[in-house]
Amino acid sequence: MPWFRKDLISTEELSPEEIQTVFKTTAAFKKILGRKTAKTPPLRGKTVVNLFFENSTRTRVAFEMAATKLSADVMSLDMKTSSTSKGETLRDTVENIHALAADMIVIRHSAPGSAAYISKVLDIPVLNAGDGAHEHPTQALLDCFTLHEKFGSLKGLKIAILGDILYSRVARSNLWAMTKLGAEVTLVGPATLVPREFEQFGVTVSHDLKSALADKDAVMLLRIQHERQNASAFPSINEYTRMFGLNKTRLSWLKENAVIMHPGPINRGVEIDSELADSPQSVILGQVTNGLATRMACLYLCSGGKAETLTG
Amino acid sequence: MSQVTWIKGGRVIDPKIERDEISDIFISNGKIIDRPSRETLAKADTIDATGLVASPGLVDLHVHFRVPGETHKETIFSGTSSAATGGFTSVVCMPNTSPPADTAGTIQYIKDAVGRESIVHVFPTACITVGSEGERLAPTGSLRDAGAVAISDGGKCLQNSGLMRRAVEYANMFNMPVIDHCEDYSLSANGVMNEGLVSTKLGLRGNPAEAEDIMVSRDVILSAKTGAHIHIQHVSSRNAIDIIRRAKSRGVNISAEATPHHMCFSELEVSDFNTNFKMNPPLRSEEDRLAILEGLEDGTIDCIASGHAPHTDYEKDVEFDYAPNGVIGLETALGATLNQLYHSKRLDLPRTLSLLTYQPAQILNLNKGTLEIGADADVTLFDPECEWTPQSNSFQSKSSNSPWINRTLKGKVIQTFVSGKLVFDKGKILSS
Repeated sequence: MPWFRKDLISTEELSPEEIQTVFKTTAAFKKILGRKTAKTPPLRGKTVVNLFFENSTRTRVAFEMAATKLSADVMSLDMKTSSTSKGETLRDTVENIHALAADMIVIRHSAPGSAAYISKVLDIPVLNAGDGAHEHPTQALLDCFTLHEKFGSLKGLKIAILGDILYSRVARSNLWAMTKLGAEVTLVGPATLVPREFEQFGVTVSHDLKSALADKDAVMLLRIQHERQNASAFPSINEYTRMFGLNKTRLSWLKENAVIMHPGPINRGVEIDSELADSPQSVILGQVTNGLATRMACLYLCSGGKAETLTG
Repeated sequence: MSQVTWIKGGRVIDPKIERDEISDIFISNGKIIDRPSRETLAKADTIDATGLVASPGLVDLHVHFRVPGETHKETIFSGTSSAATGGFTSVVCMPNTSPPADTAGTIQYIKDAVGRESIVHVFPTACITVGSEGERLAPTGSLRDAGAVAISDGGKCLQNSGLMRRAVEYANMFNMPVIDHCEDYSLSANGVMNEGLVSTKLGLRGNPAEAEDIMVSRDVILSAKTGAHIHIQHVSSRNAIDIIRRAKSRGVNISAEATPHHMCFSELEVSDFNTNFKMNPPLRSEEDRLAILEGLEDGTIDCIASGHAPHTDYEKDVEFDYAPNGVIGLETALGATLNQLYHSKRLDLPRTLSLLTYQPAQILNLNKGTLEIGADADVTLFDPECEWTPQSNSFQSKSSNSPWINRTLKGKVIQTFVSGKLVFDKGKILSS
C-alpha cells in the first residue's frame, strides 16, 4: 500500500497496510545497511532538524544516524537550552526553524499532543519521537518489525508488556500497532501503573505476573520512570523487583522460545535480571539495529519516498 | 410620566411569578411598570417583539473579568459587552484577579471600573483567604461592607477543612454565601483533563472526579454543621451531583451550578488536544454529562453559570499541558442551554429560563431575575429558533477561547435592556 502521510504522529492512526509498508521499507533499508557503504541518497540536499525538548540519547542518535544514512544534512537541537527556556512558544520555535529552511522535523517533547500540534502548524513532515506519555510510533514500529522478523507475522502472537504502562508512550504505541497486526496483548504490572481503562483498547490487563506471562511468545519490559510519577506508584524499587522483575524463574513461565524485549534504557537488576538482558532470548540489541532501519524507512516515506522503488 | 418603552407582542416569560403569555412589557424610568394610559402609550417607543421571547435579563453567578491585572484578556467593558450580547444583565465576577480581591480597596477598585465601563450590573465577590492562598481568612466583614456579595477563592479550593469551617461560620454571620470550586489537590495533582478512558489513551495526566466528590462531601458536611450557605461551582461529576441531591433532601443549605460546557461536552472532545476544551473541572465522561442534565431536570442543580474565563489566543495556542484552564461562555450560554434543555424537550422554556434568571439571583440574594412591576427593567429579547454558528472573530469578549466555534447553536439574543436602557441591539453594543 502506498504511503500518503506527510507526518508520522501515532501508530493509532496507521492502518495494518501502512505498517506493512513500513516493514517492507525497513527490510529494504536493513539490506542497504548491510552493504559495505551503507549510505543511500534519498534525502540528499534535505535538512532534517531533530528538536529534543526532553532527554534522549538512543532515539536522538538513531534519528540522526538514520537521516545521515539517507544523505540528509542533520541538525540536532537540545531545546532545553533554547529560546523556549526564555519563554518562546513551541509554535514560534518551530516556525522559526521552518523559516530557516528545515525540510523535516523530528520532535521529542514532554507534552502529549505536541507532535500533532506542530504537524498542523507546519507544512513540512513532522515525525514524533515521543510526546509525553502519548505515543512513540517509531519505537513501536521497530518493536513490531523485530517480532515480524523473528516470527514471520504478529498474527496470533501472545505478547506481554510489563511495567510502567500508565506513563509509557512505548506501551501505547505498541498496543495499537500490535493489535492491528493481530497479536494478543496483555498489559501487566502493579494496579497503580496499569489502569483497567486499557481493557477498552482491546488488550488484557493483569496484575498477576504468573498468569500474565503464561504461554506468551514475547515479553516487553518497560523501564520504571520515576521522573514521570508525581507520587510513588509502589512502595519501593525493591518491592517492584520482587513482585514484577523478570528473573529466570519467571522467564520459564513464558513459551520456551519466547523473546525478551526492552526499548531501553534498561535498569539492570530492577525490571530485569542482568543475565537475562544478555541472554540468547534477549533481542534488545536487535531492536536497536532495527530502530535505525525503521527510522530510515519513516523519514523516507514521510519525505515522499515510495517503498516499491527501493532495492535492497 | 417620562418616556415609556413598549415591548409589544412577545412571549413574556417570568418564571418567578409563573408568567407565560403573549403580552407586552412596559418600561419607564428604568423600571418595569404596569400598562400606562392610552395617551402615554401613544407616545411610547415601541419595539415589536412578535415571535420573540421576552425574558427577565439573564443572571450569571460566575464570570471572570480579569480586572484588575489581566486586561489583555478582558476588561469590564469587553466583559459586560459580552454579557449583554449573551442576554446577561447581571453578572457576578470572581475574585481571582491580579491582585486577588482580598481587600476592601480592591473591591472598591473593581466597583470604580464597573462604574466607568460597565453596561450591565456587575456584582463583585471577594476572597475567602488572603491572596486565595488558603492560609489566613480575608476580612470578610470589611469586604461585605465594600460591596462584595459573596466570598470565594475563585479557581482555588481551600484545602484546609478547619479553616474552611471557620470561613463559612464567620461569613454566615454576615449572611455571605461561600462559593467553592471543589477540588482535592492531592487527588487532582497535575491533572490536565478528566481521568478516564481518554486520558489513558492520550497519555495526559488525569484529574479524577473523586477530587471533586470529596470536596463536595466536605462542603456538605460543613454546611450541615454550621448552617452556612455554600454554593458549589461548576459541578461536573455524577457522584458529586448525587451527594448534593441527598444533602438537599436533608435540608442542607447548599446550592450548585452547572456550566453549559459541562452540559454539552464530554472528555471525548479533548481527543485531538484542542485547548478550547481544557478547563477545570475538566470535561468528564458521558455518564457525568448526562447526570448534570438530570440534576438540572430534578432541581438538584439550582442554576446555570457560564464560568466565562477569557484567555488570549496566544495563551491557548500551546501544547495542551501548558494551556490555561477555562473557556468563555457568556455569548453562547443561552443557545447552549436551550439546545440541551429546551430543544431537547428535557424542560419547558419557563423552567429552562428559571435556571438563568431568578434561581441564580436567589442564591446570592440579588434583587434580579424578574419582570415584576417595580423591578429593574432588565429584559432579554431572544429568538429561540434562530440558528447561528459562532466564529472565532464573532465575540464581543476580548478573547475567543470558545468550545462552540464552528458549532451550531439554536437560540440567539436580539436585544438586551439594562435598567430600561437598550445596551445590545441586533448584534451591536450600544455603549454611549
